Amino acid sequence: MSTVDDKTVDDKTVDDATAAGARTGRGALGVDAPRPDGGPKVRGEFAFSGDLWADDMVWGATLRSPHASARIRSIDVSAALALPGVTTVVTADDVPGSKYYGLEHRDQPVFAWEQVRYAGEPVAAVAADHPETARRALAAIVVDYEVTPPVLDPEEALTAPDLHPDGNTFRRLLINKGDPTARGPVVVEGTYELGMQDQAFMGPEAGLASPAEDGGIDLIVSTQWLHNDRDQIAEALGLPPDKVRLTLGGVGGAFGGREDVSLQIHASLLAQRAGRPVKMVYSREESFLGHVHRHPGRLWMRHSADADGTIVSYEARIVLDGGAYRSSSYHVVANAACFSAGPYNTPNAVVEGLGVRTNNPPCGAMRGFGAVQVCFAHEAQMDELADACGIDRVELRLRNAMAPGDTLLTGQVVDGALPVAEVIRATAALPLPEPLAADPSASDPMGRPGGAGRTTDHGDVVRGTGFAVGFKNLMYAEGYDDDSHASCHLEGGIVTVTCAAAEVGQGFVTLCQQIGREVLGVDDVVVAPADTAIGSAGSTSASRQTWMSGGAVEKACRSVRAQVLTGVAGAHGAEEADLDLVGGRVVARSGAVPVDVALADLTADRAFSDSVRFQHRTTYPLDADGQGDAHVSVACAAHRAVVDVDPELGLVRVVQIATAQDVGKVLNPTAAIGQVEGGIAQGVGLAVMEEMLLVEGRPRNPSFTDYLIPTALDVPDVLIDWIEVPEPEAPFGAKGIGEPPVISSTPAVVAAIRAATGRPLVRVPVRPADIVGLDG
Amino acid sequence: MTAPYVLTVNGTERTVEDAWLGESLLYVLRERLGLPGSKSGCEQGECGSCSVEVDGELVCSCLVLAASATGTAITTVEGLQPERSDFTDVQQAFVDEGAVQCGFCTPGLVMAVHDLLNRTSEPSDLEVREAISGNLCRCTGYGRVFAAVEAAVAVRRGVVS
Repeated sequence: MSTVDDKTVDDKTVDDATAAGARTGRGALGVDAPRPDGGPKVRGEFAFSGDLWADDMVWGATLRSPHASARIRSIDVSAALALPGVTTVVTADDVPGSKYYGLEHRDQPVFAWEQVRYAGEPVAAVAADHPETARRALAAIVVDYEVTPPVLDPEEALTAPDLHPDGNTFRRLLINKGDPTARGPVVVEGTYELGMQDQAFMGPEAGLASPAEDGGIDLIVSTQWLHNDRDQIAEALGLPPDKVRLTLGGVGGAFGGREDVSLQIHASLLAQRAGRPVKMVYSREESFLGHVHRHPGRLWMRHSADADGTIVSYEARIVLDGGAYRSSSYHVVANAACFSAGPYNTPNAVVEGLGVRTNNPPCGAMRGFGAVQVCFAHEAQMDELADACGIDRVELRLRNAMAPGDTLLTGQVVDGALPVAEVIRATAALPLPEPLAADPSASDPMGRPGGAGRTTDHGDVVRGTGFAVGFKNLMYAEGYDDDSHASCHLEGGIVTVTCAAAEVGQGFVTLCQQIGREVLGVDDVVVAPADTAIGSAGSTSASRQTWMSGGAVEKACRSVRAQVLTGVAGAHGAEEADLDLVGGRVVARSGAVPVDVALADLTADRAFSDSVRFQHRTTYPLDADGQGDAHVSVACAAHRAVVDVDPELGLVRVVQIATAQDVGKVLNPTAAIGQVEGGIAQGVGLAVMEEMLLVEGRPRNPSFTDYLIPTALDVPDVLIDWIEVPEPEAPFGAKGIGEPPVISSTPAVVAAIRAATGRPLVRVPVRPADIVGLDG
Repeated sequence: MTAPYVLTVNGTERTVEDAWLGESLLYVLRERLGLPGSKSGCEQGECGSCSVEVDGELVCSCLVLAASATGTAITTVEGLQPERSDFTDVQQAFVDEGAVQCGFCTPGLVMAVHDLLNRTSEPSDLEVREAISGNLCRCTGYGRVFAAVEAAVAVRRGVVS
């Protein structure tokens, strides 16, 4: 690893963070720190939400529509209820409160009653003494469907009769920047498509709902946002929010797929009706049916440039298929449109972004959130533009790279860090892999395209290299009143931090400990369970928790630190400014009064604590021309991919990906590497293998046998360079790092396959037939 | 319901009563014997999260009928290092090298890496990749898992302790 020197920043918080580790014996900010849940996880003792058990518990299961579009004439649950072992059966008739739910807008039925709008839509749920009994009960429910023709093409949906009372357009966002008539002499144009990607987190949806004595519900569940779930459950159950209490169960990955409610309302309703705890665990098939996916997209783009490659104009039409219900489509469209030109200076732009309702499965949040789709298109365009201008592809990107002070498509001036040229140069400077061996015997067939299939002859392998750059906003946008709450409590020498931020694997619990150690100079920081007893932390999404909840935890810890220093200074007649917290003690660093007090003694019979709310800067809605200061901050990355291709068989092996990423400040090097490597694997997956296939709107491959995600044999070697330019307004100067790795890795891989094959490859995932040329 | 049967799990004989004959070994371990360390990620032998050893052989416990495993020696992740607060070399390497994120695939990966290192002391890069290619992980991209295997190999070779 190397780090680009930053000579422009003089930020005390960052300097403090740089001195990491000096304050305590364990990992503070800036150095590796062990995960507090690492030990239990390797021993199999960590309690995931599917590992829970309660006395007198029954099993819940969901009946889902096999049809993408149908009217429901009747539902007969009598045979299911009559089965021995069945506790209760619920349908829409049994929902006591709101019959609709939804992450941002309540447009999705808890259970469909008159109409089903996608294959997989819940129609009923049962609770029974055994998972197998529950499955048999589902099979015994008789639903009389009148199947109707589904609307599956988003373009068709734009003019089709309304599929829902809210209409078929989730959002149409227009961006007009600069002079719409401006044109440069060099013009490139293309249409690009992306298939439907799934988050494919490893731990299927699971939860345990228990009826409480006060008539409320206690739910332990894997989610990304406890409080939003709580509010939707309370509305559907007709309960006040404080009667619905959620605790985060162990979460087996998320990647956006747990932002929306899945089984939360169903399990709570079953528990309420049954008067017994209800455990629900999705099968892998139901997981594919039961959460939103990444929007498939069709994108048209046209760029014009001067002969030297300087971009003059940009036009785009972005059509995202949102499926049957809105989920987060409204904001995915905004992200896609706002960042659709990539991190390049684009003085004149006309963009139309559309999110459309169809009878396909609902789409919503997935890591990258709109930026993934547009990056695949704009990076193909950049390669075309460079070729048309006759200049190097990396050079073209450098020539147009945005920098602080430049404007987004929305007219917003980027006033924080934006080291686009730096990530490009650093990525290009990373070493390439060893060239293909001339001697076939030096090449293990397992390492060739096709891997374990051992089908590719060494002599058929062609190598290609591709380059791509992407960027995306951090945190919520367009005026959303985003916040996070946290508390810090110091007593008996023990620091306890409480925050409702969902730990989904990313390592927020580790960061909490690092912040506590850094600010309070202690070794031990206890991270309390995340639940709804404290205020909302917002969602674990949008690369926002390090900034928002990290900021809240820091603010709470700093308050406690200030109370301790004030108290000790007063008791000793010392100056607060002379005191510091180091190694679990309050000590005088300077001044005339010697002070050395152990925190354990100081807090043996008293406590210091505070609860705080943290917010980022205000953002504003976009105007009719898509202009406005809608975003908080942006982060960029570049990726260079090297691939080996067997052009005759259409097989690909991604050999290496090199990346430099704009991270602000690395807070935990090993955890940061893990985020980048994991994100790249998902980007590689979208490039060459991952797609939810639909036939008449029905998922055809809802299993890990048929929906392929990268294995250990499919992932490339990854080289990483951190670009550390601290973000002025971010706690510790750190930007969220989870999303950029998944944005430009996909187009880099596809560019490399194009380089190896000469094929146009305007659609991902790239299939063998596309490479061989069977696609016509 | 089937007649009671006995499974030998982590060296202990455990009686399974009132079970349905169709239950997988994974289900019985998790829901009847209080051993939820093995995870259910796909129910069709693709993800490896449920990996256990049956008579020394690494298998997906979701594909084994529990009642057919009588008379075998079953080892689960809970049986690798019975001493609480202690770790095997492989478990320690996973913690130290950042191979754990959400952790759902981790027990299965730990089982697979133990199986690999019991078969070969110095696996090549491709041997490591192949050995764990039946264990899907969605968080890490496997990079830190490779680092953990390398660290565990070094410990066993006595290069580091």
